[in-house]
Amino acid sequence: MSKFGKKKKDVPAVNTAALPDIVFMLLFFFMVATTMRETTLLIKPPKLPSATEVKKLEHKSLVSTIYVGKAKNASEGKGDKIQLNDKISTVNDVTNFIYSERDKHDAEEQKAMVTSIKADVKTNVGTVSDIKHELRTINALKISYSSGTGDVSNNFN
Amino acid sequence: MAKRDIPEINAGSMADIAFLLLIFFLVTTTMDTDSGVFRKLPEIQPENTEAPPVKEKNILEVNINRFDKLLVDDEEVTIKDVRQLAIDFIDNGGGTYEGKTCDYCEGKKDESSSDHPGKAIISVQTAQTTSYGMYISVQNELLAAYTELRNRYAKKYTTGKYQGLSYTDLLNIQKADKENADVKVALDKIKKAYPEILSDAEPIK
Repeated sequence: MSKFGKKKKDVPAVNTAALPDIVFMLLFFFMVATTMRETTLLIKPPKLPSATEVKKLEHKSLVSTIYVGKAKNASEGKGDKIQLNDKISTVNDVTNFIYSERDKHDAEEQKAMVTSIKADVKTNVGTVSDIKHELRTINALKISYSSGTGDVSNNFN
Repeated sequence: MAKRDIPEINAGSMADIAFLLLIFFLVTTTMDTDSGVFRKLPEIQPENTEAPPVKEKNILEVNINRFDKLLVDDEEVTIKDVRQLAIDFIDNGGGTYEGKTCDYCEGKKDESSSDHPGKAIISVQTAQTTSYGMYISVQNELLAAYTELRNRYAKKYTTGKYQGLSYTDLLNIQKADKENADVKVALDKIKKAYPEILSDAEPIK
């Protein structure tokens, strides 16, 4: 009996000294990989269309995003609203928005800049077409209609 | 003597603090990668440029009205038909382009449809209040038609070390290795065979 008792006492506690190191490693991974959400949406979160021919946007810093959808706040009025940065704007502000986005990069990178249009499936094509027209006037020709992967039949009901 | 008395700082709760931070970052992280349908807009033409002459039969007109109903060359269709109609139209190869007939086309060689993939224009006409979802669906189907034709062409006509690969495979190779000149040559050849000519007409008010 005494033999068993002795053996049990001898089992050493698992050394947890390295636990903080492991946790820190994970922590740093997430800190580096995280991108904090930069803009707060003033429009209702758009339900993006789904498509099969999608490509991933590569350099995140070279993407300027334009949101289109219905305003969250009823006082903004009905109809499709365009959100640039942190405020609801009109189509005429699109050019200035793109210019300010371009200013952040040098000439070489500016060529690779993409405008991503995040619009709700229920948006009118007219609104998007107006934005496209503005983009054409300042030669911001590369655009991406932001959409998820999936069958196109999800886009209408 | 007094110095020796300072006790070691207890680091036992360090893990707890680190866990707390870790969980905070886990929760706030959004790892969404933005993806979308890529299009290149046409440059604005000077006011008085005349549109180049295009024969009626080389244009496939896709019309989406304000109730999201589709009309392709004046016939009512559903979204499921668009891809096949586009393929038939692009791949028709009924005539010549730059003096050459389309020897890789497998279409019907119909006199009344497009001459050559290099000439075939697909024009999308929408109304002001067409839904964006429908518009993207149509764009997607048209792009899918091109991809399908390009895949077929690539599998048959790509020679050298990429023989037998599809267009999509080649794009993936290019994505992994951007400097690869061989892939670029192969891709350019495919793109030249089936150039993407999609035009957006101004929406009807």
